[in-house]
Amino acid sequence: MSIQAAEILAETTHVDEEHGGSVRVEAWRRLRRNPAAIAGALLVLLFLLVAAFAPLLAPYGPTDQVALDQIRPGSIPGPSSEHVLGVDNLGRDELSRLLYGARQSLIIGVGSTLIGFFFGCLLGLAAGGLGGWVDGLAMRLVDIMLSIPGLLFAIAVAALVGKTRLGLMIAIAVPAIPIFARLLRGSMLAHREADYVMAAKSVGVRQSRIVFSHIVPNSLSPVLVQGTLLLATAIIDAAALSFLGLGTDDPGVPEWGRMLADSQSYLAAAAHLAFLPCIAIVISALGFTLLGESLREALDPRFRR
Amino acid sequence: MNTTPEPLLDVRDLRVTFSRRGRRDVAAVDGVSLTVGAGQTVGVVGESGSGKSVTSLAIMGLLPRRGVRVEGQVSFDGRSLLTMTDDQLRQVRGRDIAMVFQDPMTSLNPVIPVGVQVTEVLERHRGMSGREARDEAARLLERVGIPDGRQRLKEYPHQLSGGMRQRALIAIALACQPRLLIADEPTTALDVTIQAQILELLKELVAASGTALILITHDLGVVAGLCDTVNVMYSGRIVESAPRHPLFGSPRHPYTGGLLGSVPRLDAPRAEPLRPIPGSPNDTLPWPNGCAFAPRCANRIDTCTEVTPDLEWTGERGLRCHNPLAPAELSAGAAR
Repeated sequence: MSIQAAEILAETTHVDEEHGGSVRVEAWRRLRRNPAAIAGALLVLLFLLVAAFAPLLAPYGPTDQVALDQIRPGSIPGPSSEHVLGVDNLGRDELSRLLYGARQSLIIGVGSTLIGFFFGCLLGLAAGGLGGWVDGLAMRLVDIMLSIPGLLFAIAVAALVGKTRLGLMIAIAVPAIPIFARLLRGSMLAHREADYVMAAKSVGVRQSRIVFSHIVPNSLSPVLVQGTLLLATAIIDAAALSFLGLGTDDPGVPEWGRMLADSQSYLAAAAHLAFLPCIAIVISALGFTLLGESLREALDPRFRR
Repeated sequence: MNTTPEPLLDVRDLRVTFSRRGRRDVAAVDGVSLTVGAGQTVGVVGESGSGKSVTSLAIMGLLPRRGVRVEGQVSFDGRSLLTMTDDQLRQVRGRDIAMVFQDPMTSLNPVIPVGVQVTEVLERHRGMSGREARDEAARLLERVGIPDGRQRLKEYPHQLSGGMRQRALIAIALACQPRLLIADEPTTALDVTIQAQILELLKELVAASGTALILITHDLGVVAGLCDTVNVMYSGRIVESAPRHPLFGSPRHPYTGGLLGSVPRLDAPRAEPLRPIPGSPNDTLPWPNGCAFAPRCANRIDTCTEVTPDLEWTGERGLRCHNPLAPAELSAGAAR
């Protein structure tokens, strides 16, 4: 389950079901009735469990060349009872590598989403909350960020920070900042004109309090949903970047994107080595997308009942 | 109509002009003067677009800065509201002057429990906190007729009915015992039975606490039961101003007469059709060219489209008309 969904879960435990019933509690109820949400949540849960318990689940170490003696030029042994999904070109157990790969994807996906979310919201908050020249400055900054091509930026980051996990996260997070910033700002602008803001002003509530306890809580839903959806793209982006050789330097670290890239040379001998990481990427991204989409529907008042 | 030597609120020649680039300036409020004595209830009546709400927002200092020009004088208790800084205004708002808005459905924040919205005012102006504020908030909710206030504090706006929400908003407005309450169409969004309850509540609270009330509405029925004096606005200006009984007993301005004539009456014969005012508020003449109401007026004479009428005072009644209704004209018509 994503962080957002977990937050919603936490919210429900706080609020007494009978008397409470905030927008979020209602959203939670709708979420539970949506089969797509359940499916998404199950996939995400599976992904999280695998990532968390990879060392327990994996039959071998991700870098152990356990079947090196079985590899012949032009022939890589397929699935067997010892290696359920076969082994890769260096004789490493494919299942183990896939399981450990989930960890990498999760860390990079969540890490980059959080970085993007944090800085994006900071920027959006400043723009939407203060307005005036701060707004102008923040939005021009966003324009500049939007004008940098993502791939070019990723290469630049790899050159500057080195091919590390952090570099990968930054490369994925920075292009997400403008999305969050624009979304939060736009949403805040809409709510700034709301009647309840006028009502709060009419009883003398301070501007800072109006922003933080009236406007922000109302503006956050689309941003949270975007966060969940971004997790899916971040996982795909992470795989894409490591496919292109911009991932971590250490070839031992199992990354789905790199596994896919490695398998290219052996497509004729072992096509399943290409399929398996693809399936893993698709399933995890699908899980977050389904969950994110249903979260959006659940939080959107227009979809109510 | 100055019953007290120093009125609580004194609005003099208030003008609010909206300017947009590439368009002609629009004077939404055009030289409005009105006074409200302590504990007095004053009605402001008019159709949509007549400038009622803008007047109230201007008094509260809640109009946006950009593109809006506010001129004239608004003094509250001897202090000028228009020249105050934002900080000073925030001190006045909620503590001395509060406001109840038209739509209770959107005037409460949907993601915050009602209780928090009541306590934030108490914390802001009365220095209460925690338990004390919650106790007071619960007491306030019960005072405006929301039973089981303590339990309701935890509820969210969507769990309350429209009437309950308007009660909660009134509780918020009255939390700091302001000396002036501005109610902008407080019952328009509610159904009729609830309207009566809310009006009754306002009447009671205002009487009990000695709060002065400006009641803004398009519904003469609302004004009739509540207000000491009534100001009728048309197209940004006050066209008739009088104490309640003279105004309802014999309206002089054709517009006031028209408004009264278009209210359905239970005591009228069934077949008698309503007599609406012809045309719409869009059919106005700019005030500088004559009387804005002239294009819709049954009593129109040539002067009306040539000379701008002034607000002339005879006793307690102010009238802006070249050819007013005869004192008995409407009562004769309506009595049948």
